[in-house]
Amino acid sequence: MKNGFSVFLAVFIALGLSWCGFVLGSVKQLGTAKQAAVLNSSDTYPLQRTGNATLGSQVYRANGCAACHTEQVRQDGVVCDVVLTAAGKKPTVVSNLVSTLKLTGLTREEADAVSDKIAAAGGSVETHIVASGADIARGWGIRRSVAADYLYDHPVQLGSLRAGPDLANVGARFPDLNWQLVHLYAPQAVVKNSAMPPFRFLFEVRKINLGGASSPDALQFPKDFAPPAGCEVVPSPEAKQLAAYLLSLKADAPLYEAPFTPVMTKP
Amino acid sequence: MNPTETNHFSMSEVDASCRVPLLALFGGAALWLVAGLALSLAAIMTFHKPDMFADCPFLAYGRAQAAANDLLLYGFCIPAGLGVMLWIFSRLSQSELVLPLVPVVAANIWHLGVLVGTVAILIGDSTGFAWLEFPRGSSVLLFAAFLLIAVSAVATFGARRNRELYPSHWFLLAALFWFPWIYSTTNLFLITHHPVRGVAQAVIDSWFSNNLVFVWLALVGVGTAFYFLPKLAGRPLQSRYLALFAFWTLILFGAWCGVPQGAPLPAWMPAASAVASSFLIVPLIAIAVIACKTVCGANVTCKGGPFCYVKFGTAAFILSGLMLVASACPQISRATEFTWFGPAQAQLQILGFFAIVMCGAIYELLPRVMGFVLPFPKFVRLQHWLFMLGIVLWAGSLAVGGVEQGMKLNNPQTAFADSTAVALIFLRAGTTGLLLILLGSLLFAANVLAMTLKWKLALLKSLLAAVKAPLEAAPASASLRRDQEVKS
Repeated sequence: MKNGFSVFLAVFIALGLSWCGFVLGSVKQLGTAKQAAVLNSSDTYPLQRTGNATLGSQVYRANGCAACHTEQVRQDGVVCDVVLTAAGKKPTVVSNLVSTLKLTGLTREEADAVSDKIAAAGGSVETHIVASGADIARGWGIRRSVAADYLYDHPVQLGSLRAGPDLANVGARFPDLNWQLVHLYAPQAVVKNSAMPPFRFLFEVRKINLGGASSPDALQFPKDFAPPAGCEVVPSPEAKQLAAYLLSLKADAPLYEAPFTPVMTKP
Repeated sequence: MNPTETNHFSMSEVDASCRVPLLALFGGAALWLVAGLALSLAAIMTFHKPDMFADCPFLAYGRAQAAANDLLLYGFCIPAGLGVMLWIFSRLSQSELVLPLVPVVAANIWHLGVLVGTVAILIGDSTGFAWLEFPRGSSVLLFAAFLLIAVSAVATFGARRNRELYPSHWFLLAALFWFPWIYSTTNLFLITHHPVRGVAQAVIDSWFSNNLVFVWLALVGVGTAFYFLPKLAGRPLQSRYLALFAFWTLILFGAWCGVPQGAPLPAWMPAASAVASSFLIVPLIAIAVIACKTVCGANVTCKGGPFCYVKFGTAAFILSGLMLVASACPQISRATEFTWFGPAQAQLQILGFFAIVMCGAIYELLPRVMGFVLPFPKFVRLQHWLFMLGIVLWAGSLAVGGVEQGMKLNNPQTAFADSTAVALIFLRAGTTGLLLILLGSLLFAANVLAMTLKWKLALLKSLLAAVKAPLEAAPASASLRRDQEVKS
């Protein structure tokens, strides 16, 4: 290269290409995304977070929680599980047949073959689509995370290190508000061997007024971790917001790009 | 043109013209380096004793770690790189620095921006985007300061006597254009009231992080190495054409790397990134060949001087590049993604490659610029050993710990706590390395600041002498005589 202009041109071409790809491309493809349709349902996903949870995402940002936690579940693929829904008129034959067959972790073709066999014996079955992979097996999510999960987030905090577990689905895994707050105040109280630092600065330890009732917000601790008698631990507004945000983290809708069969849990 | 062919009669003036701007850039950079490493050490203490900062929000791990990273990158790397760049430009141009006051003002604006940004992160005002945590006010200061320094650098480049370009010119000029583009784009898309929607933010952030932490540092660091390696080895760069090839392939492929493989994005993005990363092998090999051919056969012994700094830094760059390539390979990334392997690569790139090349360059150029020898010449060799050992310990244990952690993480039969526990062992070992690097940076700061102090004292002395001189001379005695006449 002979002069400064040719260097500028080189940069313009090289960086311009990647700019068009990753900046312009992502803005065009993802920047105008709207709510996605939930599979086999008239619902749309995701819903806007509540006010408290939105504020909580800012507490999450301010304290750099994403330095240790990811909010993205990976998936290797999907497998099919065949589930017997009714044994039909010859239950013993069907149950004998079922006990000889492999019903989980099948490919689509295998699942169809198994279903046909059971149907021929008189039973009725359903084929469930189940996501597979290490993260799913750990129970961190039902399906992989997809772009739609972060539609309303700013900043989007995917995280890049798992010094702590993934949080993409923590609201579904630990739906108890008190558990979340106690975990923030003293992680070791609810998770044995936790390496997480306590966030005591988000709480206030105060004396219960003589004869007065304790605050309705006061944390309920397991036996060994309770504060000294006459004292209570009360969450600050930031702690409540953060907990509301954590409870709002649920990626539980089956979508076109991440299908699974939702399983109804008995109430 | 060859940097070894220097025109001695004018070079001392060329060097002297850079004196004040370089001191302004390097002085702050040295302080930020120490502060960044100290903060990094404080942050890592959370893994030794989790409740250490449980009552102190300012030093919560997420805040301290982000602030430490940004201090190293924005506080040390960029101003040090710009200072070295200004000097190389005026040396290669064989002309004095054009508009020398502009970079002095800009350096102060830059350091102010870093201070504002760091305080903002510590009080919880970070933007939440990796490597872009400084809030808007600070970004504006940094952007303005960079443009001002770029004006002076480009003007000095334009004033060159020999119109032909040396390979370092390509790399350093490219870095000058690179930063304003990526920094303005990312700030305009992410740090506004109407940011781009959803996960596109994450794509733009990873595009930015890669283009700053990998490509920008590579451009400046390799450009500097291509200037100093031939100069210190006393041999010409081997060869110019290979360097041109390395330059083109580095900017073409480097700019596309950095999108994480497992991220919840349209599949073409991680795929494009993986392809570009595998092609990144090409410039890495080219740079390794150039460095080897230039250095091997040189009649210079390596005793911990600037030559060793630049050599070690270049080797660390190749290694860090290979780690980047490895972590973009889908099979390997399954094990290394979301582990300490990623931070290990970043730390190797910033401390092992860039910081050490910059320290070597500054040790080489500062005595020339100031016109006197280093105040503590023995520290140079000591710092080299501390840095080398520290980086091997720190980045090495993070990388090995990361792989171990990833293997456990990918096996759902292993409890999650086991993956954290195995990483903790390596993290704790690595802390020793970080401590050594911190000690090394103290030696660097001592040299730079003592030099500044010495220069300021000399300046003050000559100023005092200039002020005193006319008082003792004729006018004083004349007024005395006048007094006597009045009395008589």
